[in-house]
Amino acid sequence: MLLIQCPYCGERPEPEFVYGGQAHIARPQPSAELSDQEWTNFLYRRNNTRGAHAERWRHTHGCGRFFNALRDTTTDHFLATYKLSEPPPRPPAESAE
Amino acid sequence: MRATMQPFSALSLLKRGLSGQRGWAAQWRSPEPKAAYDAVIVGGGGHGLGAAYYLASEHALGSIAVLEKGWIGGGNTGRNTTVIRSNYLFDESAALYDHSVKLWEGLSQTLNYNVMFSQRGVLMLAHTVHDMQVSKRHVHANRAAGVDNEWLTPEEAKAFCPPLNIGDVRYPVLGAALQRRGGTARHDAVAWGYARAADALGVDIIENCAVTGIRRNTDGSVAGVETTRGPISTRRVGVSAAGHSSVVMKMAGVELPLESYPLQALVSEPVKPVFPCVVMSNTIHAYISQSDKGELVIGAGTDAYTTYTQRGGLHISSHALEAVCELFPMFRRLRMLRNWGGIVDVTPDRSPIIARTPVPGLYVNCGWGTGGFKATPGAAHVFAWTIARDEPHPINAPFTLERFRDGNLIDEAAAAAVAH
Amino acid sequence: MTQGFRTVSGGRIDRARVLRFSFDGHAYAGVAGDTLASALLANGVHLLGRSFKYHRPRGLLAAGSEEPSALVAVRRDAARYTPNLRATQVELYEGLEAHSQNRWPSLALDFGAVNDLLSPFIPAGFYYKTFMWPRRAWRWLYEPRIRAAAGLGRAPTQPDPDRYASRYAHCDVLVVGAGPAGLAAAAAAVGAGARVILCDEQNELGGSLLSDSSRAAPVIDGRPAARWLDDTLADLAARQVTLLPRTTAFGYFPHNLVALNERLTDHLAIPAALAPRERQWQVRAREVVLATGAIERPLVFPGNDRPGIMLAAAARTWLNRYGVLPGTRAVVVTASDAAYEAALDLQQAGLAIAMIAEVRDAVPAGLADLTRAAGIPVLTGATVLGTSGRRRVQAIRLARIRHGAVSEPKTLRCDLVLMSGGFTPSVHLFSQSRGTLAWDDAVQAFLPAVLAERARSAGACRGVFELARVRSDGAAAGAAAAREATAPGREGVCPAGALGRSVAAAAAGSAEELAGARGFAGALPQPQRARGKAFVDWQNDVTTRDLALATREGFRSIEHIKRYTTTGMATDQGKTSNLNALGVVSGTLGKAIPDMGLTTFRMPYTPVTFGSFAGSARGDLFDPVRTTPMHSWAVKNGAVFEDVGLWKRARHFPCPGEDLHRAVNRECLTVRNACGIFDASTLGKIEVVGKDAVTFMNRLYTNAWSSLAVGRCRYGVLLRDDGFVYDDGVVARMAEDRFHVTTTTGGAPRVLALMEDYLQTEWPDLGVWLTSTTEQWAVIAVQGPTARPVLESLVDIDMSAAAMPHMSVAVGHICGVPMRLFRVSFSGELGFEVNVPADFGAAVWEAISEAGQAHGITPYGTETMHVLRAEKGYIIVGQDTDGTVTPEDAGLGWAIGKNKPDFLGKRSLQRPAMTSADRRQLVGLLTVDPATVLDEGAQVMLEPAAPVPTRPIGHVTSSYYSATLGRSIALALIGGGRSRSGQTLYVPMPQGDVPVQVASPVFYDPKGERLNA
Repeated sequence: MLLIQCPYCGERPEPEFVYGGQAHIARPQPSAELSDQEWTNFLYRRNNTRGAHAERWRHTHGCGRFFNALRDTTTDHFLATYKLSEPPPRPPAESAE
Repeated sequence: MRATMQPFSALSLLKRGLSGQRGWAAQWRSPEPKAAYDAVIVGGGGHGLGAAYYLASEHALGSIAVLEKGWIGGGNTGRNTTVIRSNYLFDESAALYDHSVKLWEGLSQTLNYNVMFSQRGVLMLAHTVHDMQVSKRHVHANRAAGVDNEWLTPEEAKAFCPPLNIGDVRYPVLGAALQRRGGTARHDAVAWGYARAADALGVDIIENCAVTGIRRNTDGSVAGVETTRGPISTRRVGVSAAGHSSVVMKMAGVELPLESYPLQALVSEPVKPVFPCVVMSNTIHAYISQSDKGELVIGAGTDAYTTYTQRGGLHISSHALEAVCELFPMFRRLRMLRNWGGIVDVTPDRSPIIARTPVPGLYVNCGWGTGGFKATPGAAHVFAWTIARDEPHPINAPFTLERFRDGNLIDEAAAAAVAH
Repeated sequence: MTQGFRTVSGGRIDRARVLRFSFDGHAYAGVAGDTLASALLANGVHLLGRSFKYHRPRGLLAAGSEEPSALVAVRRDAARYTPNLRATQVELYEGLEAHSQNRWPSLALDFGAVNDLLSPFIPAGFYYKTFMWPRRAWRWLYEPRIRAAAGLGRAPTQPDPDRYASRYAHCDVLVVGAGPAGLAAAAAAVGAGARVILCDEQNELGGSLLSDSSRAAPVIDGRPAARWLDDTLADLAARQVTLLPRTTAFGYFPHNLVALNERLTDHLAIPAALAPRERQWQVRAREVVLATGAIERPLVFPGNDRPGIMLAAAARTWLNRYGVLPGTRAVVVTASDAAYEAALDLQQAGLAIAMIAEVRDAVPAGLADLTRAAGIPVLTGATVLGTSGRRRVQAIRLARIRHGAVSEPKTLRCDLVLMSGGFTPSVHLFSQSRGTLAWDDAVQAFLPAVLAERARSAGACRGVFELARVRSDGAAAGAAAAREATAPGREGVCPAGALGRSVAAAAAGSAEELAGARGFAGALPQPQRARGKAFVDWQNDVTTRDLALATREGFRSIEHIKRYTTTGMATDQGKTSNLNALGVVSGTLGKAIPDMGLTTFRMPYTPVTFGSFAGSARGDLFDPVRTTPMHSWAVKNGAVFEDVGLWKRARHFPCPGEDLHRAVNRECLTVRNACGIFDASTLGKIEVVGKDAVTFMNRLYTNAWSSLAVGRCRYGVLLRDDGFVYDDGVVARMAEDRFHVTTTTGGAPRVLALMEDYLQTEWPDLGVWLTSTTEQWAVIAVQGPTARPVLESLVDIDMSAAAMPHMSVAVGHICGVPMRLFRVSFSGELGFEVNVPADFGAAVWEAISEAGQAHGITPYGTETMHVLRAEKGYIIVGQDTDGTVTPEDAGLGWAIGKNKPDFLGKRSLQRPAMTSADRRQLVGLLTVDPATVLDEGAQVMLEPAAPVPTRPIGHVTSSYYSATLGRSIALALIGGGRSRSGQTLYVPMPQGDVPVQVASPVFYDPKGERLNA
């Protein structure tokens, strides 16, 4: 059970949140102009990062707001959480194996 | 190349027992990597070792190496709950998993290694009207596909699995689908059995050898791999790296629609035989069986977020135990002995990818989610075919990378849609 | 009932309080403060169990939770039977009933011991090599026998009636382990102003101090250790430290979450009726101090497993803490200094110490003086060649070995052998926290090296053994933890940012201290042709030969060796065996221990009761039960309920003597001919409000919303971006900027989540607010030709067809209560859905029911609702669609706004496979025999008697007997179905192939005349 720093409410336990997958994937609009492959990339391609992963969380059982987080997927420690309106902080050195 | 292996049998145990079991040789060698192979398999789990075995035994592919970054069978092969079944809904899935069950049925004899495949029956419970609709759809679809599956009333389910609490539950059991040919096997033995048999056919199994890069020819095709133990030339690379597939495939610039999630399992302290089969409940999220050693083996769900830590949250395993205690209230006093986590690689439709890739000579077998162990022999078998012939076996032909682009999804989970 | 081995004084027991108990049916007596183990020893009982594989007689190796052998079952009553408990952890109470396990017919005479004779033929992993012929024999012959032989105790057979509690807690500093290091840490932390929780697995706090002797009692702060302990505990309690004895910290999870298991009633003779048996704590600590101590290692030599052979520290505990003499004549085999203390304590208590066999080449000077003074002979450079004795050790064969040559062999008679291979620091929790361990050559152990959590180790668990240093190490850790936990500016428990600090080195111990504790890992040297089994893992019967076999067979990784031999995989999880196994394998492979690696430490530290994880989640508390405002009315009126998600929904309302089908037939006909009332409150409801509400709806749903007039409703279809049907429901436009959106019962939360997702992350510029109103509105559907007259008398608005046409909505009052009235129908009849504030739901329902009596009204349930809608060809998302179905497949192409530039899923619908002509399409099926009702889920074939396997062309999604039509009807998804109208297809059913005809999915009133009445 992770402990997550909601940028609006502070530290709360994981069950209050819903994970929202990889962050910073904008839905292309209008979608009709995309090729099949481009649309597929939007739907399904994910970095599955080993290391600092930018991801979305929603404080569903709290303020209800989405926000972004940078989490090290090799330790599950959060490097930062930030509001949607904020740019992602620079991860420390990309850790990869 | 060793043409034979020391046979395993009661007689050989007896004979060697008279001399203190001293006569046994290594079950597989620990060779140094050669400079070149005809095919290299990345990942020494059951799938990778099995693919190497079938490449050597059925496709006579010459020299083959399996590269494992740690120790063989140390990933999901050795971290699962060993449930084997083929009662999947879609014909494509049922064909793949049933191919596997058929191979399981003779695997101990094929490999001369007792993998303890035990067809104890897999009972999948229905707790709601919606569950019944979904379960019966499976039963009917399986029967049409030639896969055994039958519908049991709650009383019949209880007779098949006496500890089951069918009535006094938050979600009473309304019936169950039973696949009698389903069951369990001994996970480590699968990796070791394939390793020993492959080794006997000349396959080099190289442990502690991590792949760090994939070399390409100017035409883009595979030229070899870089490893922590030096470069290896090869024209065919089969990647079977489960949760780490994304990382390996990225080395060749191939992006996979995969996400890696933690999946937990746990066992109780061993007790005398008390549980005759495998029971699964999708509605209340439990699955349970008893191992030959006597431990109750319990599977939990995945955590919500992606991770490579091989560890999930306490609330996830607690939830699995809530479900087990609800269905089997006499097990409440048993105790958790060991809990562990694996990393499962999940595709958007929760079905695997066993296919060629856009890079000539590079093949991938991944995306098994929570279902990889049961598919080990079948997937390895068709993956070997795909690598050897550079074209899919009819059974894995639907499991392409392109299906996500074209919309030909094989979505078992969606097909079991949530109740409305 | 003699307690012949009880000392006359000393120990932490109350000799005046005699407790009677039984073991395998024999009556014994112990005293308050005893464990089952100490009480049995006091009665001279050393044979407590049989080993897993060879059924060798076993006694007590240890005195604590690391005990591998003495496993017993404790029975309170038929339902309260607990197997596999360590006798060392079972606290004695009056009337305790314990049983030995894994033996037949009795503990003393166990036929399973024949395995010991067969052992040459059943080495490690033998089962991988045999039992393969004939193939079927595995399942029916070999496996059942292996299973019967395996397992330890037997599982309880009745539901556990006990209760389990759970609790969350927060603190500044959690201290795990209440030995001298943990006590010092807790005192320092609370002294620095921190909120502290201190837990320990034992029934008393004090750790190693509880086993100190009076002979050489340490003095702490000028007081005897026992006094200091009492004072310290009193002081901690006075300063509001939460003290938790009988509480095992068993799991260390990310972000400093530590799980504790507190045992509350197992030690009581008569627990209070409703008292929880155990409590699981989840403690979120800002800082953690691990003071988990160290576990003594056994020595590995042939015959080291007989009852009466035990760890030296255990013997010391039996004597000093429990006042028990574990024998009369002892031989001590040791590679560490601690065993000398035990020898001297026992000698003073009256035992004869026949000899100290010192594995090391020399005895440390101070100890040499003491043993000389005590007159105890010492053999240095010693090894053990073997032991004898059937159910208790009777003699030991000692010798010196130099370069493989045996010298000075001697056989000594004894009934007790103490051994000590040194101490293994308990790094389990540190390792669970994902901290990195490193081999420490000075201590000869794996010690904490790099932190992964905000944790500190103190005392023996990081290789600090000498009491004064242990206390100062603990105090320093406690103070530092408190300082960091309460530092100004500290952002919560888990400040963002990477961890990975190295552990600060402990102050270096003296050379004497290190030499004294270092000990020995691996097997004691043996001559070439050694006989007898030298056990490494007591419980799983793993011997040095098994480990050698594994290496011979090519297993190199310690993980492989563990899995192949099962060493360290028993219920003690290798607490006494792991380092010895590493030592043995390291010797065999000629590889240093640190190069071999360690197997992973996993939760739990010691086994934890399933029930304590499940807590109160049982029966009705397993999942919350959601009920509608009209639920109690339905209960009173005999409804039969079904589970739909968390909801309880009335499935049907049987009259006396009716089964489901007869009730549904009656309910259906009543709705068609008169009127029915149905509780639709579980439908999800979302209020979509704001200046951009219509834009938002346009982007989300497939339909065109701009053209929907205020006061009108429309059936909406929601896709996910992958193009598959996700949800549906009627949407009403209450105002230009306000929509009342309904969803399926199960879909409500996920539709709202999806809306929030797109609104917040994709279109934050839209002025839209979303509110779940599912539980704010009670929804009462009144359906049937007489629905209008039923309601008209109760409402204050014009309900005429002209004023309220089909698919309209009006706001008014019913029975004086504010109402949104929808004219909608899911039955195909004239229908209304009355939405009133939930608190008025029951009253309005009753008023409508009463008004309806004159018009033939009947309550109906979900099953009738399903039949009525199927007669009309209305789909249920999740039943007639399944997450692989597009709107076109489901016959909902008309609901797609063709001119909209975009909506969720639009692009996906253009993918090649989504437009293929042979996709499965929703059609109706009519069985040729009108009485046959198809199974839902049945498959549809082109030809009768299709061979197996044949690929079906579709499947039945809904199937009912329609009383209205006097025949069965079915909906099905059929490949290219809409082009097959009139075609005969075949549905294999258990009774044979059923011929069916493809028809329109609308079976009843296709023109909708009744709907628009």
